[in-house]
Amino acid sequence: MPINILMPALSPTMEKGNLAKWLKKEGDTVKSGDVIAEIETDKATMEVEAVDEGVLAKIVVPEGTADVPVNQVIALIAGEGEDPKSVTAPPGGGAPAPAPKAEASAAPAAAPAAQANTVQGDANAHLSYARVDQAPAGPAQGARPNGAGQQAGGGRVFASPLAKRIAREAGIDIASIQGSGPHGRIVEKDVRAALQSGGAKPAAAPAAAAAPAPAPKPAQAPALAPSMGADQVKAMFEAGSYEEVPLDGMRRTIAKRLVESKQTVPHFYLSLDCELDALMALREQINAAAGKDKDGKPAYKLSVNDFVIKALAIALQRVPNANAVWAEDRILRMKHSDVGVAVAIEGGLFTPVVRKAEQKTLTAISAEVKDMAGRARNRRLKPEEYTGGSTAVSNLGMYGIKDFQAVINPPHGTILAVGAGENRVVVKNGAPAVVQAMTVTLSCDHRVVDGALGAELLAAFKQLIENPMGMLV
Amino acid sequence: MANQYDIIVIGGGPGGYVAAIRAAQLGFKTAVVEREHLGGICLNWGCIPTKALLRSAEIYHYMEHAKDYGLSAQGIGFDAAAIVQRSRGVSGRLNGGVGMLLKKNKVDVIWGEAAISKPGEVVVTAPKKPAMQPQHPTPKGVLEPGTYQAKHIIVATGARPRALPGIEPDGKLIWTYFEAMVPPSMPKSLIVMGSGAIGIEFASFYRTMGADVTVVEVMPQIMPVEDAEIAALARKRFEKQGMKILTGAKVTKVEKGANSVTATIDDGKGGTLTITAERMISAVGVVGNIENLGLEKIGVKIERGVVVTDGLGRTNVHGIYAIGDVAGAPMLAHKAEHEGVLCVETIKGLHTHAMDKGKIPGCTYCNPQVASVGLTEAKAKEQGYDIRVGRFPFVGNGKAIALGEPDGMVKTIFDKKTGQLLGAHMVGAEVTEMIQGFVIAMNLETTEEELIHAVFPHPTISETMHEAVMDAYGRVIHM
Repeated sequence: MPINILMPALSPTMEKGNLAKWLKKEGDTVKSGDVIAEIETDKATMEVEAVDEGVLAKIVVPEGTADVPVNQVIALIAGEGEDPKSVTAPPGGGAPAPAPKAEASAAPAAAPAAQANTVQGDANAHLSYARVDQAPAGPAQGARPNGAGQQAGGGRVFASPLAKRIAREAGIDIASIQGSGPHGRIVEKDVRAALQSGGAKPAAAPAAAAAPAPAPKPAQAPALAPSMGADQVKAMFEAGSYEEVPLDGMRRTIAKRLVESKQTVPHFYLSLDCELDALMALREQINAAAGKDKDGKPAYKLSVNDFVIKALAIALQRVPNANAVWAEDRILRMKHSDVGVAVAIEGGLFTPVVRKAEQKTLTAISAEVKDMAGRARNRRLKPEEYTGGSTAVSNLGMYGIKDFQAVINPPHGTILAVGAGENRVVVKNGAPAVVQAMTVTLSCDHRVVDGALGAELLAAFKQLIENPMGMLV
Repeated sequence: MANQYDIIVIGGGPGGYVAAIRAAQLGFKTAVVEREHLGGICLNWGCIPTKALLRSAEIYHYMEHAKDYGLSAQGIGFDAAAIVQRSRGVSGRLNGGVGMLLKKNKVDVIWGEAAISKPGEVVVTAPKKPAMQPQHPTPKGVLEPGTYQAKHIIVATGARPRALPGIEPDGKLIWTYFEAMVPPSMPKSLIVMGSGAIGIEFASFYRTMGADVTVVEVMPQIMPVEDAEIAALARKRFEKQGMKILTGAKVTKVEKGANSVTATIDDGKGGTLTITAERMISAVGVVGNIENLGLEKIGVKIERGVVVTDGLGRTNVHGIYAIGDVAGAPMLAHKAEHEGVLCVETIKGLHTHAMDKGKIPGCTYCNPQVASVGLTEAKAKEQGYDIRVGRFPFVGNGKAIALGEPDGMVKTIFDKKTGQLLGAHMVGAEVTEMIQGFVIAMNLETTEEELIHAVFPHPTISETMHEAVMDAYGRVIHM
């Protein structure tokens, strides 16, 4: 029997991913631990390691394929003594995939469990896994749109008759439910659990309309305003006057998250000018004092942004009520200042998080941001490196932007938009004076941070920026 | 290390030996400790030998009714000793079979009584309990008593007859199933205390063999776990066969004569009556064998006389497991077997689900047979279900009429809201072989729709199952 290599779930919430690249060809010998493919998910690119040994007999999903559901067969490995040529792809390019153990348990347990290389109930289906050491902290999901009960391509849903009937009568889409029965079959208790948690998608309109039962509690986000479909948009332009660019995982996530943010998070904005003379002088002094490394380069070179991160981190400690995120029925107030840093990359952006920034030295923050930004550009960040935090810094000063308002990256409570530092004429002691200054704008989630609280945070930030020695002690 | 095992199973009954074979299949070095008989009560003194006895009774019954089938038979009689001998032979053959299966799977058998000295260690001593006679020969190649080590110890020690204070079985006048299985001669009259599966099967056997049988049941219906309607139908048949049945009644006192027992019975309505019979069978349930195993010493949690487990055989003490009767109700061989497999697969780290005890079938092999799975009508209502009930009598079934078995009924219970099959109950010929159909249906979570759409073979008694489903939805054909 050939061994199935399945599309791995790289995080507990992952539903599908793009098969970015095959690193082995058909006919190649693979050993356990060999990196065989790269998968592009929400934001990151991950390596898929082989769990089994043999000859890569058949690549079922070619590279460049988008939206491959988790657990779909992506390749086949011929076992010992098998002729790789005789190995054929399963019908329809996919196979009903057994549910990995991981899915049944809560999120934190998910990733380690996913590394167990056997899938229950089917000795031949082996789970590949990615180099993910830790699951990102995320809500456990009671439902996901390509449940293991569903065959790739929206085909047959493996569910018990009773499960199907209860789902139908409750007006929910059974395919959105995760099955816990044999081979991932959706059984009664899965549907009941989904109904209870509200973690199932409503069924398509006709079915829902036909169901007299009260609609189940909608999942998290309220209904979004429908936007135009691709055909509608294309109809407005002359054919051939544009190039169609397919969406990658990152673009899709940016679109989803920021629409969600602008539609569900009540934003308001606070702007403030900060004088930078003292900070620039201090920065020059510190950078001048940097020792040389073995290549003769300075050991560090602090940027204004490093100071901004540090100042925001300390300000959050001074105004702890603003160091918080909205969690539907409660607010989570953070103990440490985990500050995200928006990093523009080819085709999108990442927001890696500097953890406990209030405790870190400027040089440590600088080095960390440099390392994460570099890896972000290569799409080599781990999910846990860009998950979490209560705020973020978005700096467009290097483009000469004077000021702007950033969109909050949910579930953050705030985001700080930083404009360019420039010479400005201000009135000092009744006389015009030239100072270096920059404008910062804090976007606040009003559910968490009210106007006065946001102003307090921004005032604390300004105080630190204008008196930067306070950041060193 | 010769005395070192991955898994030691204490008890070679249906739970224990099946667990041991499954363990061996999964690559564990496994041993079973048994003090008396491989195959346990089930195979030696329970399920199997009673089926042999009941088969003799069934054939005797047919012979007596040969005329009904156009046959003639004269001089019909029986040889009690030969009937018992056949029953012992059936048991002995299967007992030897278990030994062979264990050997084939390279499971060692240690002969003696086991106690857990500490987690990971079992001390086996020579059997102290006098073995019930006649005994099958001890299997060849068993290991001697001694100290044995095992990473995992599975307690599968089963259960034994419960004794009521003042009415303790003496093995001569008051029998348990042990003595009732090997009567030296057929008693002319018999009192059966308890109408559960064991009581009613012996009552049915002895009545068919001609004894004057009185059944005394403390609950308001016979076979108290069964659906009331089914039990009432069975009772009517038993009474037609001449069995006397007292329900809601209690034996309060027993006086023993030289060759008789006189029972004083509280009839539950304020009256008292006395019945004298040659023998009495005490069939008032079984209790788990939890004693002398060292369980208390190592802190294994025991509640209401059974070992507490997590549904996958794990006790509160790491490395100690319990399955079968000793781990609680329902005390049935098929539950024990399934639990044994689950337990071993859990040890292996395979993905296991705790058994759904609501879907374990029960069978009683009296005449007529009774079989059921799931909720009774009363239980379903009690649990708040809005139900649909379907019924179909055997008189509407061609095969049953051809067999001359028109007395029977199938009853189905569905959840009105979802169409879920909540329970199925049957009384009549061959129903113990049919119930599995509904067991599979329930485990696959079928609704009435799939059952209605399924094609049942004609002519079979199983068509009554189909009709009983259709009846619940007003679509019955042959009635």
